[in-house]
Amino acid sequence: MKAYLILEDGHVFTGVPIGAPGEVISEIVFNTSMTGYLEVLTDPSYAGQAVVMTYPLIGNYGVCREDMESGKAWPDGYIVRELSRIPSNFRSRETLRHFLEDQGIPGIAGIDTRQLTRILRESGTMNGMITTDASFDLEEVKAKLKAYRVQKAVERVTCREAYTLEGEGCRVALLDLGAKKNIIRSLHKRGCRVTVYPAFTSAQELLAGQPDGIMLSNGPGDPKECVSIIEEIRKLYQTDIPIFAICLGHQLMALAAGADTYKLKYGHRGGNHPVKDLRTGRVYISSQNHGYAVDGKSLDPKVAVPAFVNVNDGTNEGLCYTGKDIFTVQFHPEASPGPQDSGYLFDRFIETMEVRKHA
Amino acid sequence: MPKNPQIKKVLVIGSGPIVIGQAAEFDYAGTQACRSLKEEGVEVVLLNSNPATIMTDKDIADHVYIEPLTLEVVERLIEKEQPDSILPTLGGQAGLNLAMELSESGFLEDHGVGLIGTTSATIKKAEDRLEFKSTMEKIGEPVAASLVVENLEDGLAFAGRIGYPVVLRPAYTLGGSGGGIARNQEELEEILANGLRLSRVGQVLVERCIAGWKEIEYEVMRDGAGNCITVCNMENIDPVGVHTGDSIVVAPSQTLGDKEYQMLRTSALNIISELEITGGCNVQYALNPDSFEYCVIEVNPRVSRSSALASKATGYPIAKVAAKIALGYTLDEIPNAVTGQTMASFEPMLDYCVVKLPRLPFDKFISAKRTLTTQMKATGEVMSICDNFEGALMKAIRSLEQHVDSLISGDFTALSREEIRERLKVVDDRRIWLIAEAIRKGISQEDIHEITRIDLWFIDKIAVLVEMEERLRREELSPELLKEAKRLQFPDQVIAGLTGKREEAIRTMRRQEGILAAYKMVDTCAAEFAASTPYYYSVFGSENEVQETRDRKKVLVLGSGPIRIGQGIEFDFCCVHCTWAFSREGYETIIVNNNPETVSTDFDIADKLYFEPLTPEDVEAIVRLEKPDGAVVQFGGQTAIKLTEALMEMGVPILGTSAENVDAAEDRERFDAILEECGIPRPKGHTVFTAREAKEAARELGYPVLVRPSYVLGGQGMQIAIQDRDVEEFIGIINRIAQEHPILVDKYLQGREIEVDAVCDGEDILIPGIMEHIERAGIHSGDSISVYPARSISEGVKATIEEYTRRLACSLHVIGLINIQFIAVGEEVYVIEVNPRSSRTVPYISKVTGIPIVPLATRVILGAKIRELGYTPGLQPEAAYFAVKMPVFSFEKIRGADISLGPEMKSTGECLGIAKTFHEALYKAFLGAGIRLPKYKNVILTVRDEDKEEAVDIARRLEALGYCIYATKGTARALLEADVSVRLTRKLEQESPNILDLILGHRIDLVVDTPSQGIEHSRDGFVIRRNAIETGVHVLTAIDTAKALVTSLEHTDARELTLVDIAEL
Repeated sequence: MKAYLILEDGHVFTGVPIGAPGEVISEIVFNTSMTGYLEVLTDPSYAGQAVVMTYPLIGNYGVCREDMESGKAWPDGYIVRELSRIPSNFRSRETLRHFLEDQGIPGIAGIDTRQLTRILRESGTMNGMITTDASFDLEEVKAKLKAYRVQKAVERVTCREAYTLEGEGCRVALLDLGAKKNIIRSLHKRGCRVTVYPAFTSAQELLAGQPDGIMLSNGPGDPKECVSIIEEIRKLYQTDIPIFAICLGHQLMALAAGADTYKLKYGHRGGNHPVKDLRTGRVYISSQNHGYAVDGKSLDPKVAVPAFVNVNDGTNEGLCYTGKDIFTVQFHPEASPGPQDSGYLFDRFIETMEVRKHA
Repeated sequence: MPKNPQIKKVLVIGSGPIVIGQAAEFDYAGTQACRSLKEEGVEVVLLNSNPATIMTDKDIADHVYIEPLTLEVVERLIEKEQPDSILPTLGGQAGLNLAMELSESGFLEDHGVGLIGTTSATIKKAEDRLEFKSTMEKIGEPVAASLVVENLEDGLAFAGRIGYPVVLRPAYTLGGSGGGIARNQEELEEILANGLRLSRVGQVLVERCIAGWKEIEYEVMRDGAGNCITVCNMENIDPVGVHTGDSIVVAPSQTLGDKEYQMLRTSALNIISELEITGGCNVQYALNPDSFEYCVIEVNPRVSRSSALASKATGYPIAKVAAKIALGYTLDEIPNAVTGQTMASFEPMLDYCVVKLPRLPFDKFISAKRTLTTQMKATGEVMSICDNFEGALMKAIRSLEQHVDSLISGDFTALSREEIRERLKVVDDRRIWLIAEAIRKGISQEDIHEITRIDLWFIDKIAVLVEMEERLRREELSPELLKEAKRLQFPDQVIAGLTGKREEAIRTMRRQEGILAAYKMVDTCAAEFAASTPYYYSVFGSENEVQETRDRKKVLVLGSGPIRIGQGIEFDFCCVHCTWAFSREGYETIIVNNNPETVSTDFDIADKLYFEPLTPEDVEAIVRLEKPDGAVVQFGGQTAIKLTEALMEMGVPILGTSAENVDAAEDRERFDAILEECGIPRPKGHTVFTAREAKEAARELGYPVLVRPSYVLGGQGMQIAIQDRDVEEFIGIINRIAQEHPILVDKYLQGREIEVDAVCDGEDILIPGIMEHIERAGIHSGDSISVYPARSISEGVKATIEEYTRRLACSLHVIGLINIQFIAVGEEVYVIEVNPRSSRTVPYISKVTGIPIVPLATRVILGAKIRELGYTPGLQPEAAYFAVKMPVFSFEKIRGADISLGPEMKSTGECLGIAKTFHEALYKAFLGAGIRLPKYKNVILTVRDEDKEEAVDIARRLEALGYCIYATKGTARALLEADVSVRLTRKLEQESPNILDLILGHRIDLVVDTPSQGIEHSRDGFVIRRNAIETGVHVLTAIDTAKALVTSLEHTDARELTLVDIAEL
């Protein structure tokens, strides 16, 4: 059987189907990580997207479910060059092929993923359809693809009810916009007591738990769509509580503070992006996964100043809020997958909370 | 941080002669670094004793010294050139050690010279075993737990703590005797007790056993501000136990999950930060395949073979960036030259798979042990790139040029399953072919994994290839099957063999079905950014990315493939210079090569680089796409020459000497006719095909005779036969290496061996100089000491040589380079070999005469005349200097290799001595080759009958120099008869103390052992020579070499070294 990937611009790739049966329309994005496919698949930020892995050999070390970044796989579709026929790793319990089937993710293998990546790089992120039905009408599909929009992604991925991981240290309220487990784990293993709240929790309710600090997580979709969440974040901004935000959380905080966000041509997804800490001049290699960015110029320096910048393209990678204990980054200090270089930011957040607590 | 303005003049130390373990990768790194420094306006002083390197060109550095790499030389050089800094991390271990010695002695401080890049404190922390261990402990990085114990109790307690199995290594025993692996307490008690007894000092090292763990490497960079990145990680397919230089290596790692990958990456960054390395560094790990446990095996605080591989595998120019970091730049200030739009502070992402295979020298050392251990044996390597592992492996196999183009070798088909199981325990260079056969024989992948400890993933990939062989054998060749076979990079020829079709039929079918090679880019970023200076690799079934270029004329330069004995970096020197020369003439240049260690495969040498195997099919695919206006084959050694016919069939014009004329020089009958026509004598000889014919020819010519296959490389398969039995044996060996060409039997003439390289434009010739060998004919020219200008031949002979060269070059219609070897017997000159192409001596003669013959030859190939290029044709005036080229060997690395010299080449590298007087040049050459006498003033002489007379002279001279001479019976008798005092030593088979005890007693400076000609049937000489080499005693096997050494020892006045700046010649 054959599978097809049809792009909005009329390109058609022919490969073989993998994963669950079915047809899917989604936004096609590429990720350049060479390892960490399971972490990518289970990162809620990929909700509403189909991911193409630029590394051609995927599934080599099988699946170890402990490495999942959330309870399930999120992408609408999965696109690879070659899926390993055997898994080889001491922790592997199943093949990636089986995992995709189990998780209901349809996909396509055996296509020229580099060509696809080049198309996305040149034309920008676009929508696509994965199907096994050879009788598609290209014009009809193109029209459908053009009309497709990802919506309400955060709603889909956030937890339904609040829950707490006990700890002796600082009390952190984490707003789950689609949080990767390792954000929660990074705080918890540093001793924090972490309460995870659904994305649509009100500021009032968050504050009622008397947290020492608030963590805004990563998440999927267009930040400007999250109008009501931004409203609540604005209220959090007005308190004195230390806030640390990652990725979507960083964008929402910026929007709440009056900045603007925009869609990048093809986003940053991978584990090799250099970000420069403008305070120290040090460069860290970071894990990234975002299609939108904060417009660094749209901010009043009286509100916030850039803290990190991307060395490759100069886009904003972090903000430090003037007169506030608010610090936000676009990249992923929790890694998983990717480099662990910026894990120190969690320590910095905890220090800030400690200082504030004892002030 | 911007560039440090204090750094104005930098000394770069190279790695010296090529030996196993320290090869062309340092020329690549050094050349790139020098260019990077010059780009920044820094004045570069270069020191390297190796004349075959590109880094020792005056285009690369401002001041070039081809001098021995000794402390004294560097000190004198610093006094003379007064550099403000030394960059010590680019010249391998040799360069690093010198810089360390100078730093520790305080010389650098006294002379106001700083080490840039990494500091001496850092180097010490990484290199000193104890300091390294304590540094790792400090930052919590595990090293294999080990403890020196002196009694059983401590050993048992320690083993109990670290867990079994443990490795036991008794201190001070030869070759690890008395050691072993203990799997439990019982075994430990037995081995440890024995080891304690055997150890001279009663000490045994008990070490955690990590054999069988995965071996993983990380290449890391750090700048002065503390920013760190990893360039790439690599996984050795062979588990811990095989030297990484001999391992099959894949990049990036394939069987590590993100958790393991990041764990080791973080560890590597912690290590480089703690060591405060500024530049590049390599960290090797052993990773337990069944847990997250790992330990650090080694840290190299400098560029290395692995960093060269990592550079080529990713496109990240490590040496270039390291040089910039040494000048003070930070990673985010250094542009990524491949993309042209990002910075060096990022980590390359690969969207392909890279496989490296070692090139091992067992075809040259037939008697050597093929087992692979922690002692590296490979002389070179190949790298291949593909979008799947199987394809990369298949490409790498054919890049080796070892007569095998797939996993089908035929060597093991006769073995039973049980025999294969047994053989799988042996780790040697043929293991992947053996695994393939094991799969064919139905041994389960799990069993193979259990025995070899090679990860199942790799074994499964070999199985995929074996399954494809099976499908091709059994199924009808459908377009789908062919497509899949090509995706896995099966060559047409192999597909033809398996399907029972003709290669041509496969090719036709491919064209009809549109199954053609497409080319993808190495761009450092997995296509995330557009690239300005990428290079290419082939895949099947994908979009082609190569941009059509038509604006300039195009030339295809064929490289020389992996470095092997007989075909070393000299050919890379020639390829690179020819490429630059074509570029200057306005050509678009395209290089095809597969050797990751070389300068030619650096990303910015040619306009386009194809990292591909050098086979007709692979080259044809490139030709179809690029449609070059011509190809040059005369600079890439035999590898390129072998492609001539195929290129002509593709319709690519061969630039320079035509293929027909190349053939004329190799074809005995046609060549004889040309010699006849030119009136040039040659030793009589015959072309034969069978052993019977060979013996008839030998008897007619009279023994001794030279037997060799035509189309040879470095004298491969060439031997001197003194009797029928030798002839039979040699022909057997020649036929074993799949020889399709006829065999030559020549009369062996003893005389002065002379060599010239010349440029011919079709009418005129230019000979930069005449080189004379110190050893008489019979020893391969590559293993002989070569002297320029020739000293012992008359003006008349020189004139004859010039004239013969002219006649031969013109008759063969040579356009470009020609190399001719002569034998001068008295005033008579015979031609023994003609190669209408560049040779091993080209870089050396270019440098010592200051005549850039490769660029000149390139201009001539493009139609220029020698007279127009500013040269008077003919033999050029002799230089004011003597230059002595000395071969350097790596015998101690290859267990079981016979070290005696003969017509088959054995040296791996060379060094140069250059000076105003012959004696100083000779002294420098010996010094550069590491022969420094006297130490104990004890010499052993054991020579064959023909050499006795000369041995007497040598002994007498040594005696006068105060040496004590030991000799075996025959030699001793000859010496005593001539009144030379000598101590008789017992032969090997006699009771102790005998000659072997003398050697092993570490009191001998030198052994002169000349084996009798023909195949030596006694093992005695062999054992003596091997033991001497392994004990670190110098061994000379040619009487002429010994004579030269004595001459050098006599001229103590020549030891006041003068330094010659080659850039001023």
